[in-house]
Amino acid sequence: MDLMTFLQLGDSTFRLSTPLLLACLAGLFSERAGIFDIGLEGKMLAAAFFSGAIAFVSGSVWLGLLAGIGASLALSLVHGLASITFRGNQLISGVAINFLAAGLTVVVAQDWFGQGGRTPQLAGAARFQNITLPFTEQIGHVPFLGPVYVELISGHTFIVYLAALCVPAAWWLLFRTRFGLRLRAVGENPAAVDTAGISVVRLRFVAVGICGVLCGIAGAYLATALQAGFIKDMTAGRGFIALAALIFAKWKPVPAMLACLLFGFLEAASIRFQGQPWPGIGRVPVQFMQALPYVLTVILLAGFIGRAVAPKASGLPYTKER
Amino acid sequence: MTFMTKLLGASAALALSAGAALADPAIIFDLGGKFDKSFNESAFAGATRWATETGGTFAEVELQSDAQREQALRRFAEAGNNPIVMAGFGFATALDEVAADYPDTKFVIIDMVVDQPNVRSVVFSEHEGSYLVGMLAAMASKTGTVGFIGGMDIPLIRKFACGYAQGVLAANPDATIIANMTGTTPAAWNDPVKGSELTLAQISQGADVVYAAAGGTGVGVLQTAADSGILSIGVDSNQNYLHPGQVLTSMTKRVDNAVYEAFTAGVDLETGFNVMGLANGGVGYALDENNAALVTADMQAAVDAASAQIASGELVVHDYMSDETCPGLTF
Repeated sequence: MDLMTFLQLGDSTFRLSTPLLLACLAGLFSERAGIFDIGLEGKMLAAAFFSGAIAFVSGSVWLGLLAGIGASLALSLVHGLASITFRGNQLISGVAINFLAAGLTVVVAQDWFGQGGRTPQLAGAARFQNITLPFTEQIGHVPFLGPVYVELISGHTFIVYLAALCVPAAWWLLFRTRFGLRLRAVGENPAAVDTAGISVVRLRFVAVGICGVLCGIAGAYLATALQAGFIKDMTAGRGFIALAALIFAKWKPVPAMLACLLFGFLEAASIRFQGQPWPGIGRVPVQFMQALPYVLTVILLAGFIGRAVAPKASGLPYTKER
Repeated sequence: MTFMTKLLGASAALALSAGAALADPAIIFDLGGKFDKSFNESAFAGATRWATETGGTFAEVELQSDAQREQALRRFAEAGNNPIVMAGFGFATALDEVAADYPDTKFVIIDMVVDQPNVRSVVFSEHEGSYLVGMLAAMASKTGTVGFIGGMDIPLIRKFACGYAQGVLAANPDATIIANMTGTTPAAWNDPVKGSELTLAQISQGADVVYAAAGGTGVGVLQTAADSGILSIGVDSNQNYLHPGQVLTSMTKRVDNAVYEAFTAGVDLETGFNVMGLANGGVGYALDENNAALVTADMQAAVDAASAQIASGELVVHDYMSDETCPGLTF
């Protein structure tokens, strides 16, 4: 296996990890504040549709991105209303959002575009284009570092870089600011936060809102950067993989990135090496390669990660004592 | 009182229109929906063509769930619609039960075989059409490596892949074929992101023509192929227009012809086993203004010659589903 194959594999890993990472960080904020969010998948799907639809109608990918974030935020608000204001079951609300998004996107798409629940293909300014980073010309000739920079680092869409920046930003926000401290406290011991005179409800709504924005970006990435339009159910379970990565990472931003990169890498590897002979082993059946990510997940989770403990108050609606 | 008369009038009108529906043909679309840009839409196109040409009317329904299959069949049969066409292999079980209860009604099922005296089973020779586009792919390829991306890993999709591989090797015996499947669950039909990644992986292995038989996933394949400047091949309906000048051709499966023929035959429909292959225009490759520049006269001549040989039975394309093996391609 040569350097180029590795670089292409890495390139593919970055592309596939980005939506996982954004959704994973979205779940991180929500669950750190004590709100379980099964509805990551649905929010991504709704965002994918609305970003694709608005980008097509307006011809501007930025308006599409805003529309995607808006749609995801709206679903987040529904989740917040059900699980914070009315203290409903957070899992049920999340599942409902997934169903709502799966059905609604197809129905609205059919009504607007009449193309069997998909948006028309996007072109030009209605899509995120790959960005070539500066100095590729100069560095490109340097052995090893050059190809790494040109192939691996440069040439992704804006959202890939944004997602990478979100990781330190999330870490700083959660662990280095007063807001972050309060947010984490709300997920561990909301009564204590309440006693200190801080609104639990407001903090949780803010957390759910951040979750909505990040899911919106993830959905928009699928429809307007990786693909050129929306197709029904195009998230294909990525929201759930992000949830698994979140548990893997024990609700911490940097491990979350590593977990998402691992999942992305496994998917990329299963795609890249499908049907190719392996040195010393021979041809590996397709089914094995496709099962590999799941097998490794089980092995890693059972053997190496250890106990993952969720924030104490997550899943519990907060009731003020009277 | 006036309300009562209106109501009675309305129900009388309804009864009349129900009477008029007698012996009108009916069509049931599968879960993908009437406008799926593929299978069902093609069936709808066939029904519409019949209606505009003959001035006749037909009854139709789009299914929303699996549970409605038998209900829809019985409703049309009770209403006197004849023949009743259903698009999709999912109807087999329901039809097997219903057909015996309505011996005077003719049923047509597409993509599946149901052994009843009043049922016509229409299946397509997808391997023959895939053989032709495989030849085109091999002739258009400059690297000598071509790709195939299937949706869900089922025998039907392997049948596409197998026919394609035979066609590729017929045109260029030294060609390399990379065949990948998107997944093993129904989600594989709607995962364009994975379709894109598979395409990029095949490109990095040297492929410069990819054939997608993967439903919605194929949209991602065609898009990435166009973005990367290589050629792609569409499936089921003519998808050449999706990226003009960058889709080499499409393997067409003329579901519309099957529906049109059934509607035209009406109550005199011949029942039994019906194979739609190259010989009777059931499958083929698409040539229009969008890909005219890509298919040279030589390529067209070679493919048309092979097409004639297959139609006359001189050349036999191996059908994967007949014995679950494929010469020239291992899965």
